Amino acid sequence: MAYSDKVIDHYENPRNVGSLDPQREDVGTGLVGAPACGDVMRLQIRVNEEGVIEDARFKTFGCGSAIASSSLATEWIKGKKLDEAGQLSNSQIATELNLPPVKIHCSVLAEDAIKSAILDYKKKREARQALSAAPSAAAAKPSELSASK
Amino acid sequence: MAYDHPGSLRLPIYMDNHSTTPVDPRVVEAMLPYFTSTFGNAASRTHAFGWSAEAAVEDGRETIAKFIGASSGKEIVFTSGATEANNLAIKGAAEYYQAKGNHLITTAIEHKSVLDSCKRLERQGFEVTYVEVGKNGVVDPAKIEAAITDKTILVSVMLANNEVGTIQPIGEIGKITRARNVLLHCDAVQGAGKTPFDVEAMNVDLASVTAHKIYGPKGIGALYVRRSRPRVRLVSQMDGGGHERGNRSGTLNVAGIVGFQRACELMMSEGPTENARIRALRDRLHQRITAALDQVTLNGDPERRLSGNLNLSFAFVEGEGLMMAIKDVAVSSGSACTSASLEPSYVLKAMGLDEDLAHSSLRFGIGRFNTQEEVDYVADLLISKVKKLRDISPLYEMHQQGIDIKSIQWAAH
Repeated sequence: MAYSDKVIDHYENPRNVGSLDPQREDVGTGLVGAPACGDVMRLQIRVNEEGVIEDARFKTFGCGSAIASSSLATEWIKGKKLDEAGQLSNSQIATELNLPPVKIHCSVLAEDAIKSAILDYKKKREARQALSAAPSAAAAKPSELSASK
Repeated sequence: MAYDHPGSLRLPIYMDNHSTTPVDPRVVEAMLPYFTSTFGNAASRTHAFGWSAEAAVEDGRETIAKFIGASSGKEIVFTSGATEANNLAIKGAAEYYQAKGNHLITTAIEHKSVLDSCKRLERQGFEVTYVEVGKNGVVDPAKIEAAITDKTILVSVMLANNEVGTIQPIGEIGKITRARNVLLHCDAVQGAGKTPFDVEAMNVDLASVTAHKIYGPKGIGALYVRRSRPRVRLVSQMDGGGHERGNRSGTLNVAGIVGFQRACELMMSEGPTENARIRALRDRLHQRITAALDQVTLNGDPERRLSGNLNLSFAFVEGEGLMMAIKDVAVSSGSACTSASLEPSYVLKAMGLDEDLAHSSLRFGIGRFNTQEEVDYVADLLISKVKKLRDISPLYEMHQQGIDIKSIQWAAH
């Protein structure tokens, strides 16, 4: 199969490869796919108090199109507000990378990874807010709170 | 040899010789006159053009018979290739012997042209037993024997597997089928010329071979059909002029047959030396890779395998992604990322390999025209690219952190 120039570019020079500390409160992690299916993506975001994605990182086990889709996804969501990033669709990724039909699932996975990372971040934030709203609960788990601050 | 000059590494490098092989220049040379001067139709009985073409065909038949240990050129039926030979053997025998029984036996790792012929027969009311293979890809002859019933008419087992290069115990299976009065078909495409194969010594009744896996041209193959003890009969699958003793109609590919003949001659004279050289290259590639990388596993049997075959799984790296990283090297992968089904290799699966490792597999096929310089180049390139891809693999990171990937609940997609 011939790959598009954009897939090759992202594959050969992947943007934003790496890891963020998943324990941090301002970090959301999405891990999607399955080794048995030949695709696993881990996409992480670091979000500031204004709800803007300040940093995004990925690691991917998969074909060139899967690596390129996740690389492009991190590039696009960096600097975006959470709700903007959450609206990014797989078809935008597929169009930008010129993915053939058989590779559309790679872009679907990238969309899932973004959504999953955002969800993880929001869950953490809600848990934190619930804790600060209920001081007794916060007092019950002081070590966890201090570790994540 | 003209193609083997050290210091002139040329890209891309071809290391996919199970898929097909380049035509040896000596084969091309032998074929050339049969396109322009000796171009007659071998079935033309009335003039010199036909006679010389027929003479070339009959000469080719004898050589190909000798190549597989057959006693006579009359037992060779020319076809367009191995797919047609496998179809003719299985469907042709099933149809002819259906009054005797409706049961066939094959293995789970045969070529698609065997498996899909069997599937078609199943739809027509035949019963097929697909014998499982071991983890090393070798079929146990006892399992073949256990599957034989009084309705069994044909057993079909390949000589060597195209993905993992495993060589099957055809001689042992042949003893069983002969004793039980069942026909034995052998798809000898990958193995003939590369591992000992003799239809007489191994009691094989039908055998498929093709030219393009042994440095001959594409588009010419043959089916060996035993003529005595027992005399094997087939129902032809192609209607027409009744060529090939009624077994396969169609004007013979004379130039192709001449090329096939020359390719067989070269394999018979140079095969033993060549296979030793190829095996040394294969082992060198394997050793260099495993010396530099951890978590690399060999698929198939370490000993019972074709000399040019190396099938490795590079854990935590996806095969198609890896092929893209070594795009100047032609290999193939058990990853099915390109297929719509997302199912990895059915051969590796039948051998019980975990699906993630099937997705991580690469098949190297070393052949006549590969050099040590190419092997070293491929090994170095591969090592650096596997390291790079592992650096961006979440699975490798988990492995390094001591997380068992199997312990995670993955969502299938």
